[in-house]
Amino acid sequence: MAATARDLSKVESVIQLKGVNKWYGQFHVLSDINLDVKEGEKIVICGPSGSGKSTLIRCINRLEEHQRGDIVVHGVTLSNDVKNIEAIRREVGMVFQSFNLFPHLTILDNLTLAPIWVKKMPKKEAEEIAMSLLTRVRIPEQALKYPGQLSGGQQQRVAIARALCMRPKIMLFDEPTSALDPEMVKEVLDVMIELAREGMTMICVTHEMGFARAVADRVIFMDRGEIVEQNEPEAFFANPRNERTKLFLGQILHNH
Amino acid sequence: MTDAMPVGDRKPLAPPVDETGALGWVRKNLFSSWGNGITTVVLIAAVLWVASWFLEWALFTANFTAATGAECRGGGACWALIREKFRYIFFGSFPYEQHWRPLFAVITMLAMLVLSADRRMWNWRLLVIWGVGSFITFLLMFGQIHIPLSLILFVALVCGGIGLTLRSALAAPSERMAYYALVGIGAVGLVLRMVGALPAWSIAIAPLSYVETSLWGGLPVTLILATYGLAFAFPYGILLALGRRSNLPLIKGLCVGFIELIRGVPLISLLIMASVMLPLFLPSGTTIDKFLRAQVAVILFAGAYIAEVIRGGLQSLPKGQFEAADAMGLNYPQKTLLIILPQALRVVIPPLINTFIGFFKDTSLVLIIGIFDFLNTANQALVDPNWAGFPGEVYLFAAFVYFIFCFSMSRYSKYLEFELNKGTRR
Repeated sequence: MAATARDLSKVESVIQLKGVNKWYGQFHVLSDINLDVKEGEKIVICGPSGSGKSTLIRCINRLEEHQRGDIVVHGVTLSNDVKNIEAIRREVGMVFQSFNLFPHLTILDNLTLAPIWVKKMPKKEAEEIAMSLLTRVRIPEQALKYPGQLSGGQQQRVAIARALCMRPKIMLFDEPTSALDPEMVKEVLDVMIELAREGMTMICVTHEMGFARAVADRVIFMDRGEIVEQNEPEAFFANPRNERTKLFLGQILHNH
Repeated sequence: MTDAMPVGDRKPLAPPVDETGALGWVRKNLFSSWGNGITTVVLIAAVLWVASWFLEWALFTANFTAATGAECRGGGACWALIREKFRYIFFGSFPYEQHWRPLFAVITMLAMLVLSADRRMWNWRLLVIWGVGSFITFLLMFGQIHIPLSLILFVALVCGGIGLTLRSALAAPSERMAYYALVGIGAVGLVLRMVGALPAWSIAIAPLSYVETSLWGGLPVTLILATYGLAFAFPYGILLALGRRSNLPLIKGLCVGFIELIRGVPLISLLIMASVMLPLFLPSGTTIDKFLRAQVAVILFAGAYIAEVIRGGLQSLPKGQFEAADAMGLNYPQKTLLIILPQALRVVIPPLINTFIGFFKDTSLVLIIGIFDFLNTANQALVDPNWAGFPGEVYLFAAFVYFIFCFSMSRYSKYLEFELNKGTRR
């Protein structure tokens, strides 16, 4: 069960997806997605590759455009209005599978870039925040190095700190540990668990079931562009109802 | 990581003796087999033979002092010709007693280029260097400069505009007020000037005698065409490359059309069009200086090529870089200036400098439309009947000067690659 045990029905929704549909050409990648995320809720999305889970969270900050339905983030409905999109992106941090740090900037500059240019924060203040976040992800001593000089696990922790620098209300994680060597997965998950315990609203696409058990309020299983099943982690793992969920869980739990 | 694993007390072995040191190197690389040894000996002999023949001609039997071409005949190289003609080759028909002016103009431009090559200058200082350097260069070349009021107003408008777009995030309120003031003064002034409310004032700076562009020649002409050609073509090429990748079909279409059109025609035809055909289309009475027309033709041509080089760099960036910048909420100019271009330009330094070197040499094609660049003045030096018959010496000398410039650019490219990748190397 989640660390922050509370009655979620009384908390405000921060993300609402209503009847969201998306096609890549003829391919129906998201079909009729309805999802309500409460403030402080942690959601883990899993499913076979090509099931649309990455596309789903990338629609929330408009890296992908949905074609039908409504996405409301913090009361703002996503539209083609650039101001609207930028407003939502300021509130939503994202961590990618391939880190996507900027290789030509130092770690510190990677962190302070968005606060300085997007939030117009004074450089000194941005650097203080950046250093405190680097301390939180346990790599303050790497601040003046370049991303290429760090290990994968360190780079991903920097990427998390970079997203947190904007003081986001919501964090999206797109398979944050899939590109890592096995011995580095834990250091990244530890940072994410810590973040979850501090009450951040998180949507996380991952196959790390241990992480799901530890922090998730809800686990969502997607297949062929649909949400097939969702439940609290205990019930989800112990007692999957849908055949496709059972098959999928059988495959990934067998491997672990 | 590796030192955590115990490997015992084994000491690292020294490398085998015959592979180190000068002797080892020679043995390994030059005489590793009979075939290799023979090739080495033959090649060294050939190089020595050519070099000794060249030195004999160019130095030992060369004539440095002859007063006419006739005295030169029979011996080696006739460097006396260069001695006699070097001022014409370097400065063309510029009034002889005023040759110090193009000389200092060349020195100013070289200083400007050397200063801009330093990475520490890549900020507002670059604008100051180019502003001051260009002013001195053209003041020396023309002798007199008239700055019309409308130009001053236009510069105020552009400076204010650039300040507002680039520094809006960081500027203090007072700084921002200054930009608004510049834009306001510039815009209002230009409108007033256009409706005729402001007179056609101009500031005249005229310390020297006026020398028109048709008298310019030699090295300053080549340097001006190449320096300003590339200085304008570079930002213009960046805009074309960005436009070509735009999502807006109209902008994309225009950029693709322009690039393909320019790339599809030879520079010579563009120069001839600029010099012969363009005046036919202009209303009678208006003339645009021939030199300026050639300069614009070079800029347009170089821009299209530079755009394609830069597009290569833009395409080499992983999609994740664009997405990460988007996800942070950076807008298009911020994303382009802070994330995309710094990386894309780094990747394309070698092909970019390659293009620059090519264009430095291509400026010599302006001789087709009767502009006396360095190669053309060298050519003209051969016409003197007193000194007929020594084209080799003159072209060798011209080639030597071109080589110095091109080789410097090539070395600079290497230095720049090293400098910019310092941090990102593992």
